[in-house]
Amino acid sequence: MKGLAFSKRNDLEVLRDPLNLFFGVGFPIVLLLLLTAIQANIPAAMFEIGRLAPGIAVFGLSFMTLFSATLIAKDRGSSFLQRLYTTPLTAGDFILGYLLPILPICIAQSVICYGAAVLLGLEVTVHLVAAVLFALPVALLFVSLGLLCGSIFTDKQVGGICGALLTNLTAWLSGIWFDLGLVGGAFQKIANLLPFVHAVEMERAVLQGDYAGVFPHIWWVTGYAAAVTAIAVFAFLRQMKRQ
Amino acid sequence: MDAIKTIDLTKKYKNVTAVDGLDLTVRQGELLSLLGVNGAGKTTTIKMLTGLTRPTSGDAFLNGKSILTEAAAVKTMIAVSPQETAVAPNLTVRENLELMAGVHGFSKAEARDKAAELSGRFSLGEIADKRAGKLSGGWQRRLSIAMALISDPQILFLDEPTLGLDVLARSELWDMIRALKGSMTVILTTHYMEEAEALSDRVAILKSGRLLLTGTPAEIKAQAGTDKFDEAFVRIVKEGQP
Repeated sequence: MKGLAFSKRNDLEVLRDPLNLFFGVGFPIVLLLLLTAIQANIPAAMFEIGRLAPGIAVFGLSFMTLFSATLIAKDRGSSFLQRLYTTPLTAGDFILGYLLPILPICIAQSVICYGAAVLLGLEVTVHLVAAVLFALPVALLFVSLGLLCGSIFTDKQVGGICGALLTNLTAWLSGIWFDLGLVGGAFQKIANLLPFVHAVEMERAVLQGDYAGVFPHIWWVTGYAAAVTAIAVFAFLRQMKRQ
Repeated sequence: MDAIKTIDLTKKYKNVTAVDGLDLTVRQGELLSLLGVNGAGKTTTIKMLTGLTRPTSGDAFLNGKSILTEAAAVKTMIAVSPQETAVAPNLTVRENLELMAGVHGFSKAEARDKAAELSGRFSLGEIADKRAGKLSGGWQRRLSIAMALISDPQILFLDEPTLGLDVLARSELWDMIRALKGSMTVILTTHYMEEAEALSDRVAILKSGRLLLTGTPAEIKAQAGTDKFDEAFVRIVKEGQP
């Protein structure tokens, strides 16, 4: 009950921020519409809806890091978190309270993104449901990154790091907008060492019903998600002790 | 039993001793003001008593519970209204109150009832559905204190509760704080001498982390040889040896 009350508060804080709604829901849909329109005039395999939609779904989730980190950094910057530290809430309540409420928002975002893709011509199959479910470890990765960044940066720093740097990293190193093989070299090697391209490739494989193609990408995504979550929990506990 | 008893409570940060061997006793139902210039150790003392920071040495007992070994029990009996208005800005007034009830373990129905009761007591009913972030400073402060009271704390810590408020808002908050006297133990920190004089049963003056003096406002004025409380404070702090 105690943890639930805190989780509910975090959910409301995120959902009631109009900027979050724009970037979380509106922006991915705008991108989907724009690139589908370009695809209609200048056909490119990269922007076919079956390849584009999983990429946009993953890209959209990168904004969850910004939302989560901003909420935590603002709470830390004000006296609000200090006030809650004097209540019977435990460290576990705080960590779960910041992580869990964002996950349903991530699922809703994926559903909206794939729903918009269906309206733009994506075939309706059972694999759509699987694609939303496989987005969960990706969501955990981005939400945990939010917990990590929110625990170590101020809300102003979070805006730059999560709002600009991370979303650009996700965009450029995920193979959403261009084939990484066309660039090749160190760029492609670095991209393959990061989880973003694997998240997109995993989603693309699931959407095509190619469940064998999920491997090895899922290991990269879940491995990164587990590692980032562990580091984020450590960072949060450390700042909690400092406060 | 004393509401608060600190024994040689000390906090050191590297080479700085923020609180130095504090021995202080606060009686049940008493309103005690912690006074001191910046860096005197008021906030660090409150942070230790509320479990936000661990003492370097010494201990404190709140209603008999040690802040070192019974921190969880201590947290169930205290509430804090921090210096800054610590409210959730995108939540309504009612939701803020229900949040605080929820994190103290009240059921949904209990939380609703408590929120309604506190809204009535603090005249927050008309703005219950307004988002807290849209309220004026005075109303946010009022909400902040109501949030602290929702768990029926035995000991309430008010850190600079009227800082930055206009005269009218301050006067209204004073009335609310006066109304609490006797029903719970209140520890107040303030830089406003008239506030400490008007509200306190007793005052504790800190300087450089050490306790200089405790007494009623009248005793402090008598000891300093003046009938003005702010003058008495300045004399005691200037002459007091840390």
